[in-house]
Amino acid sequence: MSEPAAPEVAARAAAIGEALPRGDAARLAAGAGRFVDDAAPEHALHAAFLRSPVAHARIRRLDLGPARSMPGVVAVFDGEALAAHCRPMCGVLGHLAGMKAAPQWPLARDRVRHVGEPVVLVLARRRAQAEDAAQAIEFEWEPLPVLAEPEAALAPGVAPLHEALGDNTMFEATVATPGVESAFAGAGAVVERRWETARVTAVALEPRGIVAQWDRHEGRLRVRMGTQVPWMMQAVLADVLGIEWDRVSVVAADTGGSFGSKIHGYADEAAVAVAARLCGHPVRFIADRLESFVSDVHARGHRATVRAAVHADGRLAAFAVDDLCAAGPWSVHPRGSVNESRHVLGLTGACYSVPEYQARIRVAMTNLGLYGQYRGVGHPLACLFTETAVDSLARRLQVDPLAWRLDNLLDDAGPWPRRAPAGATFERLSLRASLRECARLMDYPALREDQRRWRESGDPWRLRGIGLACFVENSNHSSANYGRGGAAIASDDGALVRLTQGGGVACAVGLTDTGQGTRTALAQIAADAVGVPVAAIQMTVGDTDHTPVSGGNWGSRGIGIAGEALWRAGCLLRSRLLEAAGALFGREAAALDLRAGAVVDSSGAALCTLAELARAIYLRPDRFPAGVLPEPAASAHFAQRDLDGVYTNGASASRVEVDLRTGQVRLLGHWIVDDCGTVINPLLADEQLRGAAVQGIGQALFEGCLYGSQGELRNATLADYLVPMAVEMPDIVVGHVGSPTGTSRLGAKGVAEAGVTGAIAAVVNAIDDALAPLGVEMDVLPVTPERILRAAGVLDAEAGSLPGRVRSRQNADDAR
Amino acid sequence: MKPAPFRYERAHDLQHALELLAEHGDDALPLAGGQSLLPMLNLRLVRPAVVVDLNRIEGLGDIRTAASGGLAIGARVRHRLLATDPAVRAHAPLLAQAAPWIAHPAIRHRGTFGGSLALADPAAEWPACVLALEGTLVLASRARGERRVAAADFFRGLYDCDREPDELLVGCEVPARAADSRSAFAEVARRHGDYAAVGLAIVARGMPGRGAHVRVALLGAGDTPCVARAAATVLAEGGDIEAAARALVAEIEPRGDLWYSAQAKRHLAAHLLRDTWRTVRDA
Amino acid sequence: MSAVREPPERWRDIELEVNGERCALRVPEREHLADALRHRLGLTGTHLGCEHGVCGACTVRVDGDAVRSCLMLAVQAEGCRVETIEGASARDAVVQALQAAFVERNALQCGYCTPGFVLAAAELLGECAAPSREAIRVALSGNLCRCTGYQAIVDAVEQAARRLSNSEPPR
Repeated sequence: MSEPAAPEVAARAAAIGEALPRGDAARLAAGAGRFVDDAAPEHALHAAFLRSPVAHARIRRLDLGPARSMPGVVAVFDGEALAAHCRPMCGVLGHLAGMKAAPQWPLARDRVRHVGEPVVLVLARRRAQAEDAAQAIEFEWEPLPVLAEPEAALAPGVAPLHEALGDNTMFEATVATPGVESAFAGAGAVVERRWETARVTAVALEPRGIVAQWDRHEGRLRVRMGTQVPWMMQAVLADVLGIEWDRVSVVAADTGGSFGSKIHGYADEAAVAVAARLCGHPVRFIADRLESFVSDVHARGHRATVRAAVHADGRLAAFAVDDLCAAGPWSVHPRGSVNESRHVLGLTGACYSVPEYQARIRVAMTNLGLYGQYRGVGHPLACLFTETAVDSLARRLQVDPLAWRLDNLLDDAGPWPRRAPAGATFERLSLRASLRECARLMDYPALREDQRRWRESGDPWRLRGIGLACFVENSNHSSANYGRGGAAIASDDGALVRLTQGGGVACAVGLTDTGQGTRTALAQIAADAVGVPVAAIQMTVGDTDHTPVSGGNWGSRGIGIAGEALWRAGCLLRSRLLEAAGALFGREAAALDLRAGAVVDSSGAALCTLAELARAIYLRPDRFPAGVLPEPAASAHFAQRDLDGVYTNGASASRVEVDLRTGQVRLLGHWIVDDCGTVINPLLADEQLRGAAVQGIGQALFEGCLYGSQGELRNATLADYLVPMAVEMPDIVVGHVGSPTGTSRLGAKGVAEAGVTGAIAAVVNAIDDALAPLGVEMDVLPVTPERILRAAGVLDAEAGSLPGRVRSRQNADDAR
Repeated sequence: MKPAPFRYERAHDLQHALELLAEHGDDALPLAGGQSLLPMLNLRLVRPAVVVDLNRIEGLGDIRTAASGGLAIGARVRHRLLATDPAVRAHAPLLAQAAPWIAHPAIRHRGTFGGSLALADPAAEWPACVLALEGTLVLASRARGERRVAAADFFRGLYDCDREPDELLVGCEVPARAADSRSAFAEVARRHGDYAAVGLAIVARGMPGRGAHVRVALLGAGDTPCVARAAATVLAEGGDIEAAARALVAEIEPRGDLWYSAQAKRHLAAHLLRDTWRTVRDA
Repeated sequence: MSAVREPPERWRDIELEVNGERCALRVPEREHLADALRHRLGLTGTHLGCEHGVCGACTVRVDGDAVRSCLMLAVQAEGCRVETIEGASARDAVVQALQAAFVERNALQCGYCTPGFVLAAAELLGECAAPSREAIRVALSGNLCRCTGYQAIVDAVEQAARRLSNSEPPR
């Protein structure tokens, strides 16, 4: 096995570390997936919502009468009708001092506070009929002032969006080391970057969807939905309905992508659950793309100023960041809308040895759409702020950005663990090794040489640049994020494993598979833990009725936590089966092992297959000595409690060509080196990293929610919100550096988010590097052609002429 | 995101289509390839009472070579055919050059030449091409029979063209190509196949400065597809390409969109002129 | 939305061939082909990602051409030969080769876009036996995958092309 692995795993690895194709991929490729809408009961009613067309208004009149008489309509509910039968959600985390948020009902009552907020729910026989009826509702409103900018929302004297909260500050926090002011004052050099990053949204290709049915005989809500977190949704929906958690069953369907967009308690989904209970019919709601844009959470919309200071000798002296984030009017339940900012506070500059540090974060409630977690959450922002400042420093100091990083990154040699200035504790990082590996993979010196030659004699309209970015990314979370704040989000995951009658191993784990290949990676873990081929594993995931409790898939935690529970359960099952085999054959269990589905002795000779052992256990208990009753099943749980989270790290690099004729950026290459500890399946891990990188490239160059001054989203279609497509994306080289975590026996850290974390900064640094001869730096995301042309001064130049510093070289070329 | 109810009428021949349009007038929308109309229906941006499907009408899907040497292109000719048809390559290569810029293969299989022209989207490729080729649009109605409109007079405004509600665009005629005619097409879009920020079609014949004829048409550079006469004149008279670029920038009136300002679009148009002029000059 | 004179919903009986079998359907005239395939015939491998013609998840073949089934009314398919991913998976060797390569190269994650990618790629391989990586990316430029980095998809199409032209035996 060439992939990194913890020692205990390496000793047993047969499947772990192998690039195995997914067992469920053929089914999906044949169109036989069972996504939410694919398996809804035929008679399920279709839900459609009347959503607010305005960002802030008082509801003056709602006449549901015209809708009720429309063909196919079964029921119509407004906010008051549902409120009598449910409780509101509230996205406050109790351990965050001063955080505030207002109760959010399934449907708006009295006021609407963002475009797309659900106001009326219509249930009809077909979706088209439900849409007809929703449009027939007479809705009159009285406009209220729209807070579309975070600065405006926080201005003194501005009316709060929720009167009871007093003002529009959802959360604020500061941290500062005692010497930070004097560090900046006495610095050899200080650089400053200002950033304005557009909101982006996950655009999971399968929109959010839920089918809910009230079982009146059992008094139970049964839900099938696209979700990353069935157990969290059990608690969220039960709390909305005011029933015991155990009276809600949630099954995660095949889910067409999620990326953090499907880990929230959405008002429309809550409304569907309440309505299903009230009307007695199964109800299906599949968001269409337009309502996805205005009702899914958005993310990464920040305004920040970051400063970095170095001593006279070039060593890093201090980092400071001041960050403002525009959340929506509600804090999404139960995770809240402030975690990005917490990452900015905690992780800006954290890859480096930063003696002095200062950070302020503020999160404003505004009339923009809902705000929440998206792949990587705040890590990519902390990375962007840090790594663009680092490149500015390198330019200022006229040193190579690779060399400067290798001198100033936290030393791989330790001492570990180590605390970052704002409190995050790193178990062990391999930042320098990752960056060196990245530089090797890209052949950094050759690319620099190419750039030098290109600058001398290449097309002067096309500028080439190279960007690097180092990052840390939290994974394998403890309860520090959510559980301690009162959110019903498990950080303990269980695994059940049992010997099947046919000699296979049936496993149940509460994770979900929204595209990661969870089932396959878990099967590889179970196979090696027990000692059977992967083909012998049956895997059940994502079902509150049939799997142990799980926190689900978010924060790069799934394999690291639930995979560890499964490893432990599998090892326990192996020892129980060996005890049974020892009893059956009169041998010492300790001298036996399970390998490739057979019980072998220390010489490697097979005593029996697992199928034979299963027959003996289940069909012929009489063969066992008196008093021996085999236990052919095992359960184990795992919660990572040593640290708040287990940090992964890595390095990204990007090589671009900026065309000053069009302002377009062509990606010539992209590289990622990641340290996720034990690699379970490099085939899955590598494309996770690539897919995440492409989302980062998307945010760097294409994606952005464009809001108007009245809080209206101006590009809420897939034609206008630009996600990356195949032609514009480069092939991406992936490498691994392995430092298995010591917090678990499996040693696996997260991998799903790392690709996005460094990608944005790497692309931006490459663009800045390309434009360095012009002396300009980017300060807004996405970096659009317009912004490049404007920054480069091309638009202001005489039509068709290059800006000054580039032009001088062109003239020299022409003279040759 | 489902269409509001409408009455679907399938025209079995041209006469039937014209009767349906005469009967329903403003309440009806003709359905050609549907690659623009269906999104508008699904999004409920348009809510016609009647949709008249033209896809089963015989004869509108042909490309014929006219006696004059020009081409007569049926309104229901699909984008893909214009990319591959030998007669198009021979007689109106600009159309074959432009076709691959239109969206993606699955869209080009359904979308039609006439549908695109009649929609009069200023960002679409075909309107600019027929302007550059000095084509003639052929319209028919039950009340007034057939009528011909020069492309230069056809496009009147944003999604507005010289087609009455009871009329159908049945085809477009493109004049015979001069033996020494050269053409080029290029556009700038954020992603491959997206609607372009700006696109440019150029057709030239003769030696610059010696009675050359140059025609330049743009998409995405105004409320209608537009002809850049001043820039074309500079080039025809043998002027400097930079002088032509300056003339172009001065004569177009692009509107900023979600991602580009009017100023940036002018810059892009100048770039496209240089780029395409190099192609036709060197051809 | 302004008041509109909308007619009541009308239904129409149509006959068409779906995946090689004749079938008769009663559909609302306003219903797009994707909904009819999904909800009236249970062919749920045709997915809806945007319903405005951008994402390509609803790609099906109509009379042999890959088209967007959200941009065609079901009534327009009357008399047509429609093939969905279910039919193509069962009968089309190019599609099967692509599916095998998609699995081997991990060219799908959530799988929601995959039927559309497979049908678009099959059309490319029907026109060009050995497309370049760039040509593959261009041919697939109308299909959105939000999970992979597209690279594995390009790898898979290349691999299927090689295998179909017998230059590489199946594993």
